[in-house]
Amino acid sequence: MTEGAAGGTTTSSEPIDVLVIGGGIAGLCAAIEAAQAGAAVRLLEAAPYAWRGGNSRHSRNLRLAHEDETPWQPGRYSAAEFAAELRAAAGAASDAALTELLCSESAALASWLGSHGVAFQPTAGGLLPWSRKTAFFLGGGKAMVNSLYAAAAANGVAIDYECTVPSLRPDDGAARTRIDVAARSPAGERRFTAGAVVVASGGYPANRDWLRERWGEAADRFANRGSPYLRGELLRSLLAAGALPVGVPGDCHLVAVDARAPQDDAGIVSRVDGMPWGIVVDGDGRRFHDEGENLGPIRYSHWGQRIARHPGQRAWLLLDADAVNNLPPLLYPPLTAPTIGALAARIGIDADAMQATVDGYNAARRCDGSDDIKAASCPGLLPPRSRHAAPLGRPPFAAIPMQPGVSFTCFGVGVDQSARLLRADGGALPPAFPRVFAAGMIMAPAILGSAYLSGAALTISAVFGRIAGRNAAALARETH
Amino acid sequence: MKPTIPIVAEARRTLALCNVCGYCTGYCDVFAAAERRPALTDGDLAHLAHLCHNCRACHFACQYAPPHEFAINVPATLARLRFADYRAHAWPGAPSTGVLLALVLACLFGLPLLALLAIPSETLFATQRGPGAFYAVIPWSLMAWPAIFAFGAAALLIGAGVASFWRQAGGAGVATSKAGASRTQRMPGERSIAAALPQALADVATLRNLDGGGSGCNEREGRSARARRHAHHALFYGFLLCLASTVSAAFQHHFLGQPAPYPLFSFPVVLGSVGGIAMLAGIAGLARSKRRADPATNADENQPAEWLLLGTLAAVAGSGLILLALRETPAMGLLLALHLGSVLGLALSMPYGKFVHGFYRATALLRQAMERR
Repeated sequence: MTEGAAGGTTTSSEPIDVLVIGGGIAGLCAAIEAAQAGAAVRLLEAAPYAWRGGNSRHSRNLRLAHEDETPWQPGRYSAAEFAAELRAAAGAASDAALTELLCSESAALASWLGSHGVAFQPTAGGLLPWSRKTAFFLGGGKAMVNSLYAAAAANGVAIDYECTVPSLRPDDGAARTRIDVAARSPAGERRFTAGAVVVASGGYPANRDWLRERWGEAADRFANRGSPYLRGELLRSLLAAGALPVGVPGDCHLVAVDARAPQDDAGIVSRVDGMPWGIVVDGDGRRFHDEGENLGPIRYSHWGQRIARHPGQRAWLLLDADAVNNLPPLLYPPLTAPTIGALAARIGIDADAMQATVDGYNAARRCDGSDDIKAASCPGLLPPRSRHAAPLGRPPFAAIPMQPGVSFTCFGVGVDQSARLLRADGGALPPAFPRVFAAGMIMAPAILGSAYLSGAALTISAVFGRIAGRNAAALARETH
Repeated sequence: MKPTIPIVAEARRTLALCNVCGYCTGYCDVFAAAERRPALTDGDLAHLAHLCHNCRACHFACQYAPPHEFAINVPATLARLRFADYRAHAWPGAPSTGVLLALVLACLFGLPLLALLAIPSETLFATQRGPGAFYAVIPWSLMAWPAIFAFGAAALLIGAGVASFWRQAGGAGVATSKAGASRTQRMPGERSIAAALPQALADVATLRNLDGGGSGCNEREGRSARARRHAHHALFYGFLLCLASTVSAAFQHHFLGQPAPYPLFSFPVVLGSVGGIAMLAGIAGLARSKRRADPATNADENQPAEWLLLGTLAAVAGSGLILLALRETPAMGLLLALHLGSVLGLALSMPYGKFVHGFYRATALLRQAMERR
């Protein structure tokens, strides 16, 4: 490659057909598809090598429709069933045509990824987890990301790390057949010119400044569960340039995470579970929600939202010695003390207030003659305890500090069925920008809205990454 | 209670995080076995360390590997714990790799030196042919008794170490999955030792766990291959062929009255030469794989012991093959002493070096087979 350098700015003279911005699963799928279609492809990844892959490196499973049993998914999961579940989760926010396309295209995804070295965990080993609806990556998302980077390189994709594109003029390609892109890198500004651009730079879960616009100072107390490189600068620039907004600004998927964990990139292990085995108190030592309300998988995100909306954004799960034994494996051991008062002192809460909360809870507990803990409740207690009222009596007592952790954001840009970036209001102009495509979490809110469906976001990213890569390559070649 | 050594604490921290994450369950038996042992006692960790075949697939898949601040490195951590455990179970103590190297070299070169000093040169450098040619240079009893004693002692010492590991990891009881238990629950196995044995032997014979969940070992990120497994097979089966060669030679000597050397097309020579060549090919493959491996997944302090074992086995196989090639020349006497020296060095260093890994791993695989449903 020959490059002309001038005053800290380097201009790539190598001809680029398709420039992919973002190296998570969406960008990688786009790059591989475009390269296989014969395009000269360059991929810009914001993170350094060790942190590459965006939040895909923390992912675990893909939601895939399949008509017959596969080595990775038992039974059958039709595209119609997948689409119905998405509609039920996302409601009116969801784009019906994109949803249908996603669900039907998902059926071919596992074999395509497999042909590029991505391995799934077979159900035959008898090892959990497996499900009819989702296929689990063997080794998780980072293994998948590594395989796709290797496949991209093998297909001739040029990859630049630590290369961030803070802004883009999506109309740049309207008057001519090329589009210019300026990127930031440790070596200074770098300029690229490409026939088409695929924007796959993700959402903005790491951008607390942006989250503050919606959440105020509470956003400063949110952990970012994933990549610290997901700042959404390019998303912001595209919206400012007239791209169609989708989803709800500031909405995010939140779960309760251990407040002792790293504030960025702790991934799945900082998640706190087990609220129905104890009580959850705030910084004043008071309960603020029914801990028995949700026992299903939805409990994770509900607690994230509850703590995020509660003053102080900090809560503690309190348990007794018996309840601790019911917890799943934990990242850090709970903080323990021989009495509730001593525990309160240890975690910095008013001891009398916390003691009163525990006493009130224990006094209100009724088992209704049943041995089934699920049937135990606290009639008359406020906030209520509808079921699963485990006793809180045997020392030592334990506490787990919690804060909200952002998994992903639910605000992005709209695309058409070719993954072309849509205008908010073009007037007489065509509905889509001429040379810009979008894939991944930057457009996933067009299908998911503010909802969460296990494995669906990753499938959206891969399916629309492939579509964007194919169409970007076709456009770039046609206007060579 | 014995103080917890740092590597045990690090292994506990590592596998506790693995038990929370669970992404690597499909790679090998270690992760599901760890989930059945949420308390991760010292014995549990020893079992898991020996169960790990060091394929490294989990490391390159790990979202918490360095530079992440959790700094999880399962293969290197378990490799360190394995070596610490070999040393902990060695009787009467564990000599350093330097001492073992000196011992191996002393045997390797000491025996030829002794031969030069003790055997008249007209005997040592005579061209010997026909039955009993070797024993004309070094009498049978001088060859056999030290070897029988050295290998017998090695078997006893290794057996004692492995038995101590077996008891530490739970004796005949196996772990059961009980989330949140403060102590690992032990129950009679799903299968008895006898019922589990075929599975365990199959796992030893195929190295099923050295497969990265289907794609092979990872020497580096994104590069998985079965070459290392194949090289290990070549070395392991080559070694067994050489053992079979020795046994068949002993049989011919004692029961058929046919003393060595044997013709080219005889059981001892065919088994020994095929075995020796396979060993050398396997050693070359393993050495290549070691040199190409990402240093991040290595436990550096174990490397000398690993190279020492490869070197010792190469000396045994190489000297045996050279002896075969030159057995009808005047060099035979010295080469015989050299080969015997290499074998003696192997036998004496065996209980204290990397060689024991096979026995500890087979024991862990037996326990794993007892737990398998």
